[in-house]
Amino acid sequence: MVKIWNDNAESMSRGDIEELQLKNLQATVKNVFENVPHYKKKYSEIGVYPEDIQQLGDIEKLPFTTKEDLRETYPYGMFAVSPKEIIEVHSSSGTTGKPVVSGYTRKDIDGWAELIARGLTMMGIDEDDIIQNTHGYGLFTGGFGVHYGAHKIGSTVIPISTGQTRRQIEIMEDFKATALIFTPSYGLYLAEVAKEEGVDPKNLGLKAIGFGAEMWTEEMRKKIEESFNAPAYNIYGLTELIGPGVAVECKQQQGLHISEDFFFPEIINSKTLETLDEGKKGELVLTSLKREGMPILRFRTKDITSLDYEKCDCGRTFVRMKRITGRSDDMLKVKGVAIFPSQIEKALLKVSEVEPHYQIIVTRPNIMDDIEVKVEATENLFFDEVKEMVNIKNKIGNYIENEIGIRVKVTLVEPKSIPRSEGKAQRVIDNRNLH
Amino acid sequence: MKIKQLSIFLENKEGRLWNSLDILAKENINIRALSIADTSEFGILRIIVQDPEKAKKILEDNNFIVKVKNVIPVELSDTPGGLAFVLKVLFNNKINLDYLYAFTHDESEKAILLLQSHDLDALIKVLKENNIKIVPSNEVYNL
Repeated sequence: MVKIWNDNAESMSRGDIEELQLKNLQATVKNVFENVPHYKKKYSEIGVYPEDIQQLGDIEKLPFTTKEDLRETYPYGMFAVSPKEIIEVHSSSGTTGKPVVSGYTRKDIDGWAELIARGLTMMGIDEDDIIQNTHGYGLFTGGFGVHYGAHKIGSTVIPISTGQTRRQIEIMEDFKATALIFTPSYGLYLAEVAKEEGVDPKNLGLKAIGFGAEMWTEEMRKKIEESFNAPAYNIYGLTELIGPGVAVECKQQQGLHISEDFFFPEIINSKTLETLDEGKKGELVLTSLKREGMPILRFRTKDITSLDYEKCDCGRTFVRMKRITGRSDDMLKVKGVAIFPSQIEKALLKVSEVEPHYQIIVTRPNIMDDIEVKVEATENLFFDEVKEMVNIKNKIGNYIENEIGIRVKVTLVEPKSIPRSEGKAQRVIDNRNLH
Repeated sequence: MKIKQLSIFLENKEGRLWNSLDILAKENINIRALSIADTSEFGILRIIVQDPEKAKKILEDNNFIVKVKNVIPVELSDTPGGLAFVLKVLFNNKINLDYLYAFTHDESEKAILLLQSHDLDALIKVLKENNIKIVPSNEVYNL
């Protein structure tokens, strides 16, 4: 018998799901129209009002929300409640400008815990388990989201956060963790270090692994499962909507169940912006249906996937999304960190007033991502002395680290040595084969 | 007194040095002296040529980055201890060199040392005070 955390919700009939979604959508649109000036302005400009939402399909009348909207209203402009109702904020790393802030009411935190509780249950984790949560605790949503969900199901959570890899292994063994939460690349790194320490991760007695926050492939999943001798399940989420838990994989490993009572998913063609039919691959658009602190309508995730409404063998009726196979923008995820080429550009402009040509090369030589930024030398970036050249390379490296939060290898290359296509250099070369 | 040296950025990649020198050879530019500072990723090629401005233009037309820097040519006796003598004088006078390279010229039987320092004028002053001969620039270009 498969255990379902919230059978009433997760096994609803399609008709009931849609009825509930419509009700919550109408309430959300009314709420943001009345309480978030940014939405009111946007909706009024194109002449769409809460009463125009008569059926679920009417959602297409609403304009999309993008990261730009969130940046424009930074930090609190998208909140729909008074500040005293907000009990927690989280933020994603700054991309091309200001970071994105998400505000949670007490009910939002409870909802977040509920989403993760459902997900952990899907993985077969319950109150008898000890979860080692290696997601970062802090502004990043990963750590706390998993933490709240672990509390909800009554398991024991080890809030170890990321890093201190050797210690992680010691604790894993000593505290007898039965479940691990990590990003796929950190998981593989953990396995490697464990072996170095003389600990075979196969013998840790793990029951399940939850992994997320990074692009992955079936090969990576297999490698993780083999390394730890435990099934690994994907967790999907994003700060703008709530954090991890938007969708989680069940034991069938045939896609991630989106909690449809919390979120309304759509798939669009990212060029024409048309809504696509069921099963078609395109950009995922999400609408929050229960959020109080920061309701988000039709958010363009830029993640490429497709939806499958067939009832799952696990008994849950919630739609499943396929694993993310790409992005509709130029965002890269390296070591779990979101990177936009524009951030690299910004850093380079600080070193040289003329924008140099550059190329970002991402590889995965073993199991960890490696990122190299090749920069074409210019008059401004060339000095007659090796010492000064090394300085300039370090300076570029520091500025980039400041922008994106991780250290990259900087290589200065000769002018015009980066191949151009139609006069423009190809900015990103991703050799990791993630798609 | 100061002579013009071309500094060229090269990637530490097969064929890059040959490529830059080949471009100059095809334009009949003769190289008087050459030195390379290299790291695992890039190198700086430093050359002395007869017509630095022309050579610079040719290289730049071929997408090389070139900087013109002044260096000081000093005449040495081509005998053991010649270079050590000059360096001792500079050391005693607290002149730090960024780099140096030397070449000998068969016909004139002279050894010429090219010096680079943060403060070239201070360097010249010390050389003069110690009676070390600075080679006139046209003499170096036309060796």
